[in-house]
Amino acid sequence: MKLNGAQILINSLESEDVEYVFGYPGGAVLHIYDALETQDAVKHILVRHEQGATHAADGYARTSGKPGVVLVTSGPGITNAVTGIATAHMDSIPMVVISGQVPSPLIGGDAFQEVDAVGITRSCVKHNFLVKDIKDIAETVKRAFHIATTGRPGPVLIDIPKDITIAQMTAEAYPETVDIRSYKPTVKASSRQIKKAAQLIAKSKRPILYSGGGSVIGNASKELREFTRLLNFPITQTLMGLGAYPGTDELSVGMLGMHGNYEANMAMHGSDCVVAIGARFDDRITGNLEKFCPTAKIIHIDIDPSSISKNVVADVPIVGQVGQVLSELIDELKDVKLTDISQWWAQINDWRSVDSLTYKRSEGVIKPQTVIEALYEVTKGEAIVTSDVGQHQMWAAQYYQFDEPRRWINSGGLGTMGFGLPAAMGAKLADPDRDVACVTGEGSIQMMLQELSTMLQYSTPVKIVCLNNGYLGMVRQWQEFFYEKRYAMSYMDALPDFVKLTESYGHVGIRVEKEADLKPALIEAFAQKDKTVFLDILTDPTENVFPMIPAGGGHSDMLLAGRDDMVSKNKTDFNAV
Amino acid sequence: MRHIISILLENEAGALSRVSGLFSARGFNIESLTVAQTNDPGLSRMTIVSSGSDRVIEQIVKQLNKLIDVVKVIDLTDQDHVERELMLIKVCVNKKDELEVKQLVDIFSCKIVDVSDRTYTIEIAGKTRKLNAFLNALDFAIVMEVSRTGVTGISRGRTVI
Repeated sequence: MKLNGAQILINSLESEDVEYVFGYPGGAVLHIYDALETQDAVKHILVRHEQGATHAADGYARTSGKPGVVLVTSGPGITNAVTGIATAHMDSIPMVVISGQVPSPLIGGDAFQEVDAVGITRSCVKHNFLVKDIKDIAETVKRAFHIATTGRPGPVLIDIPKDITIAQMTAEAYPETVDIRSYKPTVKASSRQIKKAAQLIAKSKRPILYSGGGSVIGNASKELREFTRLLNFPITQTLMGLGAYPGTDELSVGMLGMHGNYEANMAMHGSDCVVAIGARFDDRITGNLEKFCPTAKIIHIDIDPSSISKNVVADVPIVGQVGQVLSELIDELKDVKLTDISQWWAQINDWRSVDSLTYKRSEGVIKPQTVIEALYEVTKGEAIVTSDVGQHQMWAAQYYQFDEPRRWINSGGLGTMGFGLPAAMGAKLADPDRDVACVTGEGSIQMMLQELSTMLQYSTPVKIVCLNNGYLGMVRQWQEFFYEKRYAMSYMDALPDFVKLTESYGHVGIRVEKEADLKPALIEAFAQKDKTVFLDILTDPTENVFPMIPAGGGHSDMLLAGRDDMVSKNKTDFNAV
Repeated sequence: MRHIISILLENEAGALSRVSGLFSARGFNIESLTVAQTNDPGLSRMTIVSSGSDRVIEQIVKQLNKLIDVVKVIDLTDQDHVERELMLIKVCVNKKDELEVKQLVDIFSCKIVDVSDRTYTIEIAGKTRKLNAFLNALDFAIVMEVSRTGVTGISRGRTVI
């Protein structure tokens, strides 16, 4: 039987068990859309903007653990998708993006809607392909999924010229295996390094486990819990790692980094042995590298060798799958007598008593932190929470206690405003029975608002919790602290009436202006199981995110809430990011 | 410190730009880069001369290994190796300098590969340092243009990439 390239492509996606493709049609992909129309196995979600497609696929991938799949046309189709591809790349999310390309003979001639997709995406994909022959389609799809999902995952782009999708060939079976001689992601860790790490762990007096997104992406939550409880060590998690270890557990000292808990950052600063587990020592975690963990030996477990000793030199590097390495460490350590660390715990509990996440409630204004606490209560901590980028993102991370992995979905690496809403849609498709909340702000939400339309079309009920303070809050906060309160362009005038706007999209809108109405509104919103509800919550425009390490500071240079004196004393390093 | 990094990679369109793009995106420096197909037409071999601290070089090697098209990477500087660079130089020769240029060509064991009215084109191969020394020695003459290949290298003995 003869098939055309488009049919072979769709059959290949079916062979990869692709459930959803998020996309937007256009000239170069018309044959592919035609092939999609004549089958039922692969469902297509028609987004309203290609960036929305990538974020939705990303949210789907982060929730399900399966690769997200995107289909866009050439030219503006793929350039619109770039932000979402870069977002997935920074957070190591498995994704396969298929972009149409102008017909092969026209490539390089500045044809209509032509862009060098492979060139433009090169630095923000794990790998990309330009398919030049119909015979290569199936093999390329196989390779793309293999590369996207193995080792350190990431997005892979397949660019297919239009003529390849209409060419015909006799159908062949989809390849069962794939062998790429130049791609053999390391999986088995060196047992010598594991022994060295175990020795270091056993004799450490002030240890801390620092777990990151790798523990979530690598599905290592079970091993992480076993390892932490076996050792009875304090554990801190990064913004990307929240939930791999339960946030409400007593061994958890909360998030670390720029807006991390006092006890987490102080414990990092005072530690003699930091065990980094699937984390990459990002600048938002380390602060000033010269002041980072001055007394600690560093054990670094990561699947990506290039993550190790990139920012911070590891004393014991371990390249391997996080879960496997932790299992081996558990075996190595389960019968070993560990050093008594009760004094260290006493010190940590002392830092804990500072209670760095307390905030002052005031009459007549809703504190954003209260909103997240109420959200946590109403959803019993069991919702999937996506977020956009800014103050609300930090508050969601700080005040919603994540006890399970893949429940907290945010753009931690690239920090992409607009991520939250489409990601929530993807998350809802991946886990339709679970409540999904999108915590956002009036700034971020307006970057991907059009996806409300997609959400109606495909009935993906999400609760949008918009912390509306009228300001680009994180920008305003930096301007207050470091730019002598010159609020350059951080105030957004002329906001839409979000309630009416949501209603015009066919959803439910609720405006909350008083704290007394907050919880009832949240309860009402979540009671409407099959509705997307936009909660426009007016929050205190002057509230800041604390604790905060100013740019250029170390872990012990935190600014705490209610200590304005500290803010004025600490100057930011304008050369730091 | 100067390092010579040898890379075996798939001989595919775009492979070169993946490597050069990596260097510019991550702020690594390239002193020279040479690339050509090997005896296996499916593979290319690239030699990059770069400089940086040990940590930077370690990152370069790791990041190169991470590229899907890259089959193998070695830092030749770590081992006994042979390195060569080829340079073509066009000099303007007047009667006064002619003899001296010829003497230099003899001393450096290189050769004149093209002669025209008042110009010599000289071919010289060797280590970068030798090529630089030759250029320095030519400072009395008018050098019209220089084309260098950049360094290529291979390890000594039975060791292969």
